[in-house]
Order: sequence, then structure tokens, then C-alpha cells
Amino acid sequence: MLEVTGLHVAYGGIQAVRSITFHVNQGETVALIGANGAGKSSTLKAIARVISAVGGDVHFCGQKIGHLAPHDIIRQGIALVPEGRGVFPRLTVADNLGMGAYIRDDTVNIAVDLEKVYSYFPRLKERAGQLAGTLSGGEQQMLAIGRALMSRPKLLLLDEPSMGLAPIMVQKIFEVVRAVAADGMTTLLIEQNARLALESSQRAYVMESGEISLNGESTALLHDPKVRAAYLGE
Amino acid sequence: MKKWLNLKSTAGIVLITVALIALPFVAAMGGQAWVRIVNFAILYVFLALGLNIVVGFAGLLDLGYIAFYAVGAYTWALLASPHFGLHWPIWAILPIGALVACVFGVLLGSPTLKLRGDYLAIVTLGFGEIVRIFLNNLNAPFNITNGPQGITLIDPVMFGDFKFSGTTQIFGLAISGPQKYYFLLVALAILVILINLRLQHSRIGRAWQAIREDEIAAKAVGINTRNVKLLAFAMGASFGGVAGGIFSAMQGFVSPESFSLIESIMVLAMVVLGGMGHIPGVILGAVLLTILPEVLRYGIGPLQMFVFGNVLIDPESLRMLIFGLSLVLVMRYKPTGLWPSPGRRHGVDAVGGAS
Repeated sequence: MLEVTGLHVAYGGIQAVRSITFHVNQGETVALIGANGAGKSSTLKAIARVISAVGGDVHFCGQKIGHLAPHDIIRQGIALVPEGRGVFPRLTVADNLGMGAYIRDDTVNIAVDLEKVYSYFPRLKERAGQLAGTLSGGEQQMLAIGRALMSRPKLLLLDEPSMGLAPIMVQKIFEVVRAVAADGMTTLLIEQNARLALESSQRAYVMESGEISLNGESTALLHDPKVRAAYLGE
Repeated sequence: MKKWLNLKSTAGIVLITVALIALPFVAAMGGQAWVRIVNFAILYVFLALGLNIVVGFAGLLDLGYIAFYAVGAYTWALLASPHFGLHWPIWAILPIGALVACVFGVLLGSPTLKLRGDYLAIVTLGFGEIVRIFLNNLNAPFNITNGPQGITLIDPVMFGDFKFSGTTQIFGLAISGPQKYYFLLVALAILVILINLRLQHSRIGRAWQAIREDEIAAKAVGINTRNVKLLAFAMGASFGGVAGGIFSAMQGFVSPESFSLIESIMVLAMVVLGGMGHIPGVILGAVLLTILPEVLRYGIGPLQMFVFGNVLIDPESLRMLIFGLSLVLVMRYKPTGLWPSPGRRHGVDAVGGAS
């Protein structure tokens, strides 16, 4: 479904992503794990076109998307949950979710999807009228994911959903990520918390200084001695 | 409950209408100068609402807004004065003025698309000054703006033979020039307010808010941030252009010194003081900041005479002191403005926002 070939991202002279190739199949959850600064987030941002890649191709559902404007990416069916959540703080929870459906005008289905998001995150329904900026970090992350789902995407890009959250919140967020995936959503997950990411995905790629050093089934990687030593702290 | 509310709002509308009609006649009791002050208050409401689109809705700090007012004013002045010998009618000049200002808005907007906050403020500030300096110097080699002398004998607003300058007798009632302009301005102001209210709750309005809140997230939900920002600049500028045109006609004279930086700052102060992004607040801010200095101008001298028996402190300097102090106090105790947007309501209506 998503084919990334030879993707290259640089900030000035600094090479963040060095020609990486990977793919995500329909219906799968793929994790991209690695240490801080390994280039995971840059990869995701380049796919979402928030930053421009220096080289390489990105194909989605057979179509080249590497040249599109960032606001057109979501029209292709790719929804980004930005790093650090990026909710609209002075809009209400409901309005934030409404903004997620900005590109749609099928009012009836939007209402259906809103109820679905509320069923994934009952907490958001309780706080529908509250300004997003007054939510806790975990709730904002829920909102960011909910907003992305409101565009009815084919592919969900999650950028570090566990970042800066209390462990219990992280568990809750990942329960929903798994539930969404179980409902058939194709997901590309960027995560520093390697164990959680591997437990929530079918396949995974390990990134190291801008390159993919390992890849395979998540369960296999969980038991790989190198991964265990480097990323699981054993 | 609903019927009672309707009754109340109908009564409110009737009251406001009566007050708006009576206002120029009440103000005239204090002299035509007060009618002019009221007119300027309405003109500033225009400007503040226009700037509110850029600053309040889209969150783009613009310190050169008065440039669009200047562009509108000079467009009118050049197309309806003996300077070029042109005397075009209002229905042609006003749209042209709005359009020219709109083009200038895009001109300012396009190079600043990637700037935010302080950086944007500095560029817009520079833009405002550039426009003023151009107006000041475009009298050579070709005399376009007549330089610092400005343009005089500008045509008043006219509909056919009906002139807005001078006194007319209507139903045995003598209506002065400023009073006629007042009614024109109120009509235009109502139009501008309605447009603003519609804009705020439109798809575009929501896109502006999203950009103000988080630009990356706005892109991620599919908003073309470039176009939407340019639209904010263009719309804000056209309101400024229309206000400038009316200003030109009302005064009969324009010169570059009416469009200095302090004017931009005053309009921004109106928006911030009233309550950024909240239309009633912005209107209140514009009215207060126009009327208050004038009240102080006329009030401080007599007040001192009354209390102390003679004038102890020069009214002019005391006026600015009190004005400045009140601005500081408002920002200290009401940092979100005098009448900020209320925290959104809960429940059904908020959910409806998604559709």
C-alpha cells in the first residue's frame, strides 16, 4: 500500500535519513523504531510532506505522492498524527474533531465517524465542549488520533504517540491503537518505546543513524538478541 | 423560554435601531465635531474588523495595516479629484479601492507566508512605512500623489445629485454633512459586521482558526495554508481599502501623514484591547479607543476648572497619560481584552460544529 524507495532527507548538510526503503501492506501495523535522532520522525514527516525529501520515491496505492503539497496528502487517504500532538488548543474537543473532517462534506458519515471516535475514546465525548488546550497530555494525544481518524484515512501515521505521557496513559493510547488496527486500519507507527511498538505491530523496521539496520516480524525482533540489548534494555 | 428570548432580542434590536438613528442628532447638540468623532469611530470599527481577520482569526501579527487604508484613500483621491481631473462615481471607485487594497494585501502576504510572530510583525511594519514613504515621494518625476502636500478638493460621496457634503433639508429637518455620512457609515458597518460574522463561522473561518492554533496540524487536516493566509491578508486589506475610500471622501483631503505607524498601532490596540477574534469585542475596542481620547480632550480642561478653579496641567499631555495608563490597566487586569470570546458552550451545539 505504501512503498518508500530510497528516501533521503537532509537538513542543510545534515543527513537525517539516508536512502531508506520499506513498505507497509494493506491492513498491517508496521513500527519504525530506533533511538533518538535515528531519523524516524523525519521519515514520517517526509511521507506526510510536512518536510521535503531530498531524494527517493514514495508511492501510495500505486500513485506517486512524493511531489504533493502537504495539504493534499490527507486527500490521498493518509492522516498524520503530528509529533507532540498538535491539537488546536483554543478550539473545543468537538471542533478539533470537526477540523479532522475538513476535507469531507458527507455530513451524515461524518456524524457516524464522530460517534466511532467517541466509542474509541469515551473520554473525548465527556469533554466535547471543553477547549482542547485544557486537556491533559494523554487526552490531547487521544484527540490528535481521533482527529486523524475523522478524515476516514486509509493509512494512519503515528508520530511518537507515547511521548511525554504517563505510563498508564501510554497503555490506554496503545490499547486504542491496537483496537483501531484490529478494525482494519493500516498504520505506520513511529515509536521510541520499542517494546510497546513491537508488541503492537506485525512487522517492524529498526532505524539507526538514518538507515534501516534490521527488519522483520515484530515477534521475531522482540526476541532478537541485538534488539533486546540495544532497545529493550536487557 | 424561546419566545421570551425572541421578544427580548426583538426589543434589543428596536432599541439599538432607535439609538443608532438618534445618535447623530444627540451628538450634534455638542457640535458637529462630535458627529465627526462618531463617524471616525465607525471608520475605525471598519479598520479594526478588517485587521481582526488577519490578527484575530488567522493569528498573523500585522503592524502595517494602515497601508491598506492609505491605498484605499489614495485610490479614491486620485479617481475623484481635480488632481487628475477624474470624477468617477462611488459605485466604481469603492470596488476599485477595495480591489487595489486587496492586491496590496496579497503583495504583502506572499513574501511573508513562512514568517510568524515577531518576524512577520517586522516585515509588515516595514511594508506600512514603505507605502507611506512612497506616497510622500511619488510627486517626482511624475506627480502621482502630490507628495507631502497631499491631494485636496476630493469629491464627496455622491449618489446621482445627492451629495453627502453640505446641509440638506429632508422633511423639514436640516441634516448636516457629517450626519449624512453617519448614516452611510452605519449602513456599511452593518454590512461589514454581517460579512465578518458569516466569515467567522464559515469553512474559511475555521481554516483561519486552525492556522492560528497550529500550522502543521492545519496542513495535516488538509488546509492549504498558503491560500488561506493570502485570503486573510486580502480580505483584511479590502476592508481597509473601503474604509480609506470613505475617509478620503469625508475629509476631502488626504496626505501621507494620516497613515503613520501610530495609526497601525492604534488599530491593533483596538483589536487587542477589545478582545482578539471576537467581533463584538473588536467593535467595542474601536469605539472606546476613538471616543475616549476625545472625551478626555474636551473633558479634562473643564474638569480641572471645576475642581481646582484653574487649569493646573496641560490637558493635551494629561490626556495621553490617562489614555496610556488605562491601556496598561486593561491589559493588566483583562489580558484577553475587555470583551473576549466566551469559552465555547457544551453539548449539542459543540457537536454540531463537526458537521
